[in-house]
Amino acid sequence: MMNSIFSMSLQITQLLLSAQSADGRVRSAAEETLKQFQEQNLPHFLLSLSVELADDLKPPESRRLAGIILKNSLDAKDALRKADLTQQWVNVDASLKVQIKESLLLTLRSPVSEASQTASQVIAKVASIEIPRREWPDLIGRLLANMTQPDTPATLRQATLETLGYVCEEISPQDLEQQEVNAVLTAVVQGMSGVQESYKVRLAAVRSLYNALDFAQTNFENEMERNYIMKIVCETAVSEESEIRQAAFECLVSIASIYYEILGPYMEALFSLTANAVKGDEESVALQAVEFWSSICDMEIQIQDEYDGDDVRSSEGYHNFIQRALSMLVPMLLETLLKQEEDQDQDDSIWNLSMAGGTCLGLVAKTVCDEILPLVMPFVEGNITKPDWRSREAATFAFGSILEGPSIEKLLPMVHAGLDFLLNAMNDQNSQVKDTTAWTLGRIFEILHSSNCEYQVVTPSNLQRIISVLLEGIRDAPNVADKVCGAIYFLAQGYEDAESDSSILTPYLGQIISALLWTTDRTDVSSSKLRSSAYETLNEIVRCSQIPETTNMIAQLLGEIMNRLGRNVELQILCSEEKEKQSDLQASLCGVLQVIIQKLCTSDDTKLIFLQAADQLMALFLRVFACQSSTVHEEAMLAIGAFAYATGQEFVKYLPEFYKYLEMGLQNYEEYQVCSISVGVVGDICRAVDDKILPYCDGIMTNLLKNLSNSMLHRSVKAPLFSCFGDIALAIGENFEKYVPYVMPMLQGAAELCANLDDNDEEMLEYGNQLRRGIFEAYSGILQGFKTSKAELMMPFANHLLQFTEAVFIESNRDDAVTKAAVAVIGDLADTLGPSIKILLKNANFHVNFLGECFSSEDDQLKETALWTQGMIGRVLAS
Amino acid sequence: MAPHELRRPFKRPAISDQQRRRDLALIRQTQQRSDSQNRARRLASSLFDLPSHSFPDACQADFPDNVDVGYAIALEQSPELEASSPTVRHLDFVQASKLKGSAARHWFARQLMLTEWMIDVPPNLDRDWYVFARPAGKRCFVVSSNGSTVSRLRNGSVLHHFPSSLPNGARTKEISAPSHVYCILDCIFHEPDQTYYVIDMVCWRGYSLYDCSAEFRFFWLNSKLSETGACNPPSTYHRYRFSVVPIYDCNRIGLHKAYTGGFAFVKDGLLFYNRHAHYQTGNTPLALVWKDELCSQYVLDTDSEGHVPAEQQVVLELQDDGKLTTSDDPPILFGCLEKEIIQKAGNFLRFSVIDECVRIVDGKLELGDLKFVGKANRARAFADSYSKVFFQYTARHSPLQFQDLIASLDPNLDENSESNDMEMID
Repeated sequence: MMNSIFSMSLQITQLLLSAQSADGRVRSAAEETLKQFQEQNLPHFLLSLSVELADDLKPPESRRLAGIILKNSLDAKDALRKADLTQQWVNVDASLKVQIKESLLLTLRSPVSEASQTASQVIAKVASIEIPRREWPDLIGRLLANMTQPDTPATLRQATLETLGYVCEEISPQDLEQQEVNAVLTAVVQGMSGVQESYKVRLAAVRSLYNALDFAQTNFENEMERNYIMKIVCETAVSEESEIRQAAFECLVSIASIYYEILGPYMEALFSLTANAVKGDEESVALQAVEFWSSICDMEIQIQDEYDGDDVRSSEGYHNFIQRALSMLVPMLLETLLKQEEDQDQDDSIWNLSMAGGTCLGLVAKTVCDEILPLVMPFVEGNITKPDWRSREAATFAFGSILEGPSIEKLLPMVHAGLDFLLNAMNDQNSQVKDTTAWTLGRIFEILHSSNCEYQVVTPSNLQRIISVLLEGIRDAPNVADKVCGAIYFLAQGYEDAESDSSILTPYLGQIISALLWTTDRTDVSSSKLRSSAYETLNEIVRCSQIPETTNMIAQLLGEIMNRLGRNVELQILCSEEKEKQSDLQASLCGVLQVIIQKLCTSDDTKLIFLQAADQLMALFLRVFACQSSTVHEEAMLAIGAFAYATGQEFVKYLPEFYKYLEMGLQNYEEYQVCSISVGVVGDICRAVDDKILPYCDGIMTNLLKNLSNSMLHRSVKAPLFSCFGDIALAIGENFEKYVPYVMPMLQGAAELCANLDDNDEEMLEYGNQLRRGIFEAYSGILQGFKTSKAELMMPFANHLLQFTEAVFIESNRDDAVTKAAVAVIGDLADTLGPSIKILLKNANFHVNFLGECFSSEDDQLKETALWTQGMIGRVLAS
Repeated sequence: MAPHELRRPFKRPAISDQQRRRDLALIRQTQQRSDSQNRARRLASSLFDLPSHSFPDACQADFPDNVDVGYAIALEQSPELEASSPTVRHLDFVQASKLKGSAARHWFARQLMLTEWMIDVPPNLDRDWYVFARPAGKRCFVVSSNGSTVSRLRNGSVLHHFPSSLPNGARTKEISAPSHVYCILDCIFHEPDQTYYVIDMVCWRGYSLYDCSAEFRFFWLNSKLSETGACNPPSTYHRYRFSVVPIYDCNRIGLHKAYTGGFAFVKDGLLFYNRHAHYQTGNTPLALVWKDELCSQYVLDTDSEGHVPAEQQVVLELQDDGKLTTSDDPPILFGCLEKEIIQKAGNFLRFSVIDECVRIVDGKLELGDLKFVGKANRARAFADSYSKVFFQYTARHSPLQFQDLIASLDPNLDENSESNDMEMID
């Protein structure tokens, strides 16, 4: 055996180098061989990789790749794949695992930093599997020994600290004994504060403290230890090296959210520390200092939300830090607003001090509400007319930032007084001022404007001026025009819930639509962002328009968008960049069509307009689908859903041609959004054509079942797959019989899975709820589908379903949608199986309490469903 | 470390309309899935409840008066309908509302739950019963569906056809409820304030409450009705006000409140509902009416002119074989008619009771010889019930008095009646 390992190790260096070759053929041949090694004998493959990584005589490139392959053999982003890999590692022979781990620990000592850094990441991945299982008990001790032994080289100390940090990032606090935590913290804090330590060691120490903070609960509860840690962090925050200062501030940001409640005694010191950083430090440090206050705001807003209207200030857990610091904090933040970069609005990825300051100011406003106004308004008024553009922009940005939080009564007079000024400022000679002004107008509409509101920002008397300013602004520079689109979007949204037949926006809609269409045609734009903003704004305009007074306009728009799509699909394109542009435009156009279809179908009269165009629309959608060979266009698929709902039974005639694209969408598990939407469309079609979908069901069901078993498919699609079974069963009734042997085991398996999900993980909780709901909806559809003629087919599953429902009833994390689906399914069971489940129902007594719970709910739909179920149960029990 | 991911979009009000479209599509699909499942749920109950072959005929023409016999046969022929479940009688109201003329009258005439008259005090009055004052007026069914509201009297004839704020009760823009949404309320129309007092809820938004206990129906009634705006003053799309009646636990306090309390309406006796009883069409001993002079102007029956006749009068149904029966199911026989009178008689005939001939045997009332007065009013759809005849008889001779009701209450329960006194309306 040693021989084979030896020969593998001889080959492996060359393979690892070849796998990085510039020559594609060499590369793929090497990859292929590596894969064969992996498949033939994984444990030895892993061992030889670790040996490669540890060997200082090997080239750094092969060592690095060895480390990466090792890491990827231990961890994956996808949860299911990760579980597989974990199991694979656990199954490796214990003595081999020991050898691998020894190699890794040895590698930390390597002077080649690439190798030691890679090793520390691999160690963390092994730790993430083994520490929770108590299978690597001496890891922390071994690492700490590196720190306590005298004469350890700085590189090893650095690598060790980095490893400790990564390990903390991978495992959770309950995986370590307090003793171990104490030792880790001691080592880290020593590493941070040691005067004799090198820059790299100290940096590694601060960074691992960042990851270790979560583990320090007990230490932060102890005043002495807490004082010590805080002292060291604060000292580190004024280190000589900016990278270390930044890392220390990152620790403070994290402490602000983890240990908010103990911060009181340190706030004064922290204020001057952050204020100094904001005023004078390098931007990367100043940004973190601002972030510290944003985090405090986050905490206080969160606590306020939890109190939900009660007097939060009297509560013990609320320290009012922001309000107490307000008079100094706000001026500090306002200063940052004046530090704009030239042309910062041209680049979407920019994040600088003025943006961070404005963001934080917005959070402060949310935290203290009205109290921010007297501190900010003088700044706004004092700067907004200054000749320096920075002052004007900062004043406008400050005003826009504080609109969310203060009461509408307080804000409204200010907005009224300032609105005219802002509208004028859309003619400012500086583009950045105009950009921020348009953004502020958008914020005003988004936050303060609603036609149902007692206080009106937009009135019949100022609407005309607003519109004309916006329509002028939309012709400005692309970044300004983009913000104007946002303003129009939110202006329209304010009329979305209008209760009357007529909207004061209607007279302007023609102009607005033309301006938006004009914007989509602009050629002076480099990115597609403005165009898609304009189309998206168009969507909102359509959604908020009042039928019937805007019917003609929408009919015209339908024609125009169809023409555009028609021209688009005619284009013969070969280059991939152009192809992507074409596809983006299709997305926008299909989006608008989807919204128009839904709008037209809200009334019978306007639905006719849609029906007249239906054939032509479908032809266009099919052309869009045909533009791509490997996948289907997501937006076109979304539009098909609305289309199917709108056409109803008529949709049957489109099925023969459309079906292949539906199948393609269902098969596209890599782009799970496409798959998910396609699954939804199956449901829409079922409801539209009922049992006319039957000829396609074998194909559809095959794809759905495949998807369920596919571990590569994003899990968010799994629950909708179950619901989709219900849709099909309801549509085809007794014809669903032949799928029962496939579907029922899936449902039962999923029900078991629900019971075994980790309920400490919030994402898993949500996933569990989605699954449960999907399972119930599947049962409901099948039960109702079989009711008239095949009820007895469900008899063997009644008991399981009741047990599952009871388990869900007991489940404390069940959400409302699950409750509704669960209570409905009991009714369906009683409705379909009738007297034959009388005894089962009598024994499964939980339904009494369950219904009781539902009746005391606030949710009318739930109460009504429960009532129906009660009736169905009553009928069975009375039989 | 990278800037805070969550904060980056602040100055960029990125309108992500695509996600919004996805979300809206999901909401739409969820809603439609739930709609179609609900449709399946309800569709089935109407198939079950309604012998479908009988309705198409019924809808075609205005049927002769005996059409309800046809229904009765149709109902009996359907094997499921033999089952004792109360939903069996719950014919589909949406279809029934399409019936016209006498077919509709006959159908609706069978749908009300009819109280028996209280002859004895039922046991456990305070534990199992509710009491409330009965508003004086016309008992009727109010059905809202397809954007209009129709009230029908006990005999099935239409009282009002009007818009209301009940779900689907008026053709307004806001209330665009699907057509299967309909409501059926058991009401008393009170002339003086032109108000429908709702005394029971039979269907709400298409959901049947037939199978629910009175306790639950009253709870539902009180939580649902006001939400719709049906209790608001009249307006263009809401011609008559609806109102609920305060319902009390039938203990000493509740009884006194119902009996002596002042209400917005003129009182006509007290109604007693057993809290566990389901809504049952036709006569039921689980809902009772009781009256005396203090709480009702109409204790003793009046004749067709509105006068209280010197002798008690009863309306009985004439069967084909000459037998005179009450409206009970099964009918109680009170006499027989000779052949020659049968020829000229209608279905319902009015007789005077001859006090000297009346016997009470083993607690059962026997009327003995009756004096023929004439045909009953044309609008009559029912004979008197046995309990009514009996109550009218005792009211004239030894009435059941309020003190008797109080006396029947369990004194032990009275101790904590203060805290138990649950008014269903605040």
